[in-house]
Amino acid sequence: MQVTGAEVVVRCLQEEGVEYVFGYPGGAVLFLYDELFKQNKVKHVLVRHEQGAIHAADGYARSTEKVGVALVTSGPGVTNAVTGIATAYMDSIPLVVITGQVPTQAIGQDAFQESDTVGITRPCVKHNFLVKDVKDLAMTIKKAFYIASTGRPGPVVVDIPKDITTHKTEFDYPEKVTMRSYNPVTRGHSGQIKKAIQMLMGAKRPMVYSGGGVILGGASRELTKLVRLLGLPCTNTLMGLGGYPATDRQFLGMLGMHGTYEANMAMQHCDVLLAIGARFDDRVIGNPKHFFQEERTIIHIDIDPSSISKRVKVDVPIVGNVREVLDDLLKQLESSKVRPDSEALKTWWTQIELWRGRDCLKYDRSSPIIKPQYVIQKLYEVTGGNAYVTSDVGQHQMWAAQFYKFDQPRHWINSGGLGTMGFGLPAAMGVQLAHPEAQVACVTGEASIQMCIQELSTCKQYRLPIKVVNLNNKYMGMVRQWQEFFHGNRYAESYMDALPDFVKLAESYGHVGMRIDKPEDVEPALMEAFARKDDLVFMDFTTDQTENVFPMVPGGKGLSEMILV
Amino acid sequence: MRHIVSVLLENEAGALSRVSGLFSARGYNIESLTVAPTEDPTLSRMTIVTSGSDEVIEQITKQLNKLVDVVKVVDLSDGEHIERELMLVKVRAIGKDREEMKRMADIFRGRIIDVTDKDYTIELTGTGSKLDAFLKAIDRAAILETVRTGASGIGRGDRVLRV
Repeated sequence: MQVTGAEVVVRCLQEEGVEYVFGYPGGAVLFLYDELFKQNKVKHVLVRHEQGAIHAADGYARSTEKVGVALVTSGPGVTNAVTGIATAYMDSIPLVVITGQVPTQAIGQDAFQESDTVGITRPCVKHNFLVKDVKDLAMTIKKAFYIASTGRPGPVVVDIPKDITTHKTEFDYPEKVTMRSYNPVTRGHSGQIKKAIQMLMGAKRPMVYSGGGVILGGASRELTKLVRLLGLPCTNTLMGLGGYPATDRQFLGMLGMHGTYEANMAMQHCDVLLAIGARFDDRVIGNPKHFFQEERTIIHIDIDPSSISKRVKVDVPIVGNVREVLDDLLKQLESSKVRPDSEALKTWWTQIELWRGRDCLKYDRSSPIIKPQYVIQKLYEVTGGNAYVTSDVGQHQMWAAQFYKFDQPRHWINSGGLGTMGFGLPAAMGVQLAHPEAQVACVTGEASIQMCIQELSTCKQYRLPIKVVNLNNKYMGMVRQWQEFFHGNRYAESYMDALPDFVKLAESYGHVGMRIDKPEDVEPALMEAFARKDDLVFMDFTTDQTENVFPMVPGGKGLSEMILV
Repeated sequence: MRHIVSVLLENEAGALSRVSGLFSARGYNIESLTVAPTEDPTLSRMTIVTSGSDEVIEQITKQLNKLVDVVKVVDLSDGEHIERELMLVKVRAIGKDREEMKRMADIFRGRIIDVTDKDYTIELTGTGSKLDAFLKAIDRAAILETVRTGASGIGRGDRVLRV
């Protein structure tokens, strides 16, 4: 039986087991919406801005192991989606974004709501397609899901001209797809793995540094097993938090620009570094020249060959799926009796404990003004450490990363690579839909939240009981901090005048709003908010305006050149 | 250092822009880039002449391999290879210069492929430096127009790049 292109798309989504499509209708996708309307397997979530659709699909993908799906119209629908797509691309999040396009014969005619979608999105997608024949539609969507979710994941855009959605074809969803130009490696080279073990066994000051690859690759269990088996110190990047349990003694906290003293010092002074699913980016190792002042051997496991020796020369590269490589590594270790030099390791741990004793995350706990760190600590306690926490970008993001101890993967959801303000609330929608019973908190600030605040309306429509933790210091805090440190206290445009009354704003959207001004009210407010299981509660915390994030490695400085409290 | 990189890629709309976009986005040099379908019409072969440190060239080949449309990448400069470039040059050929120009074309094993009473169009094939040498050898004022394809390259002997 012949079906229309629009029906092909919807049936493909059904075949892929897609639960939610986040989107916004428009002229070029009307036939697709018509088909969505006629069925109820794939549920559509109507956002208030296309950026929100992509972030929501992204949050859904990050908190599950599934591909996030979004649907937007041509022209402005696509351009609004670009920030979301670039966000997902930088953090390697598997998404399939279906975009409407003007009819085939109108392409290139500067038609109404036309944009060169393939051209605009090309630098920020893993791959993109323009479908020119309805017969290619099912295979293209199959390929899109395959490419998005395999290898190093990423967003894939499928651009579908309006006429294609009306053309008829036989529907046959391919079971499998093979592409001669795309065959991601999964198994690591066994010789390299052997070499890595030798290096680790010979180490006096070994260190494990893991990133988002461990989360995306589902390798937390293997990582934890390895670190415990060998008694190694372990640090996570911002993207890797939850990859190793944060409450474990062997965890040194996050590293990098706002990493802990002990993690950064251990990273700088280790003699053998095992890097797993991480990419030595500028916010993590600081100045590479400074990093290389100390001699060390680097083992790097990553699925993307181009991540290896990109910023830092690596001694033992292992290309492969992190879980499979760690599995092979563990098998080889378990069958041999070799273990690292325990005396050397003891000395190394003594040194690390000295660094840890510096208590680099201390802050003034007796302050009469609410300290933002305190709010995150209380959030951690009230939620029992089990919440999914999304965040926006800035100081609040760093405090959440430092003070919420993530013991599980896929619970910390933030825009690490692109650093997209406005990510937190829509991402939380995707998370809450994926985990209806879970506690979901969006840690944000008064500047970030306003970048996608319209999604409060979506939250109402779908009854998403997200808890918004707004750390309101009336400043773009991170900008203000840099201005204080590096621009002679000249706070150019970082003060937000004329803020809305967030309590009333939340109420006008039909939610519960709270304002919290005193430290002693923080915990009761959080408890009340999380007790309201069916409500979105917007908590507006009036926090210390001049609080800074410490430690801090200033831009261009070395990892061990931290500014401390 | 100068490198010559061969790429086999799917002959799809937009594949070229993925490659050129990659080079501009990551700040890599392109000295020349040529592309055309192969004997298998579903595949295109591209030759890119680029330059950079060993680390940069390593990244270029890795990043090219990462493109979903790219089937294979070889740095021809890693081994023995041959490269050729085609140039068409239109030169003034009047009076006594006419004979001289014909002689120069012969010396460089060029062919005159179009003739008028005022000019010749000469076709010349060789490495880029041979083409440069020809342009240097003739009177600069006689050159009316040049067009070059950029280098194409192939491995020597049994070095074969195919699917």
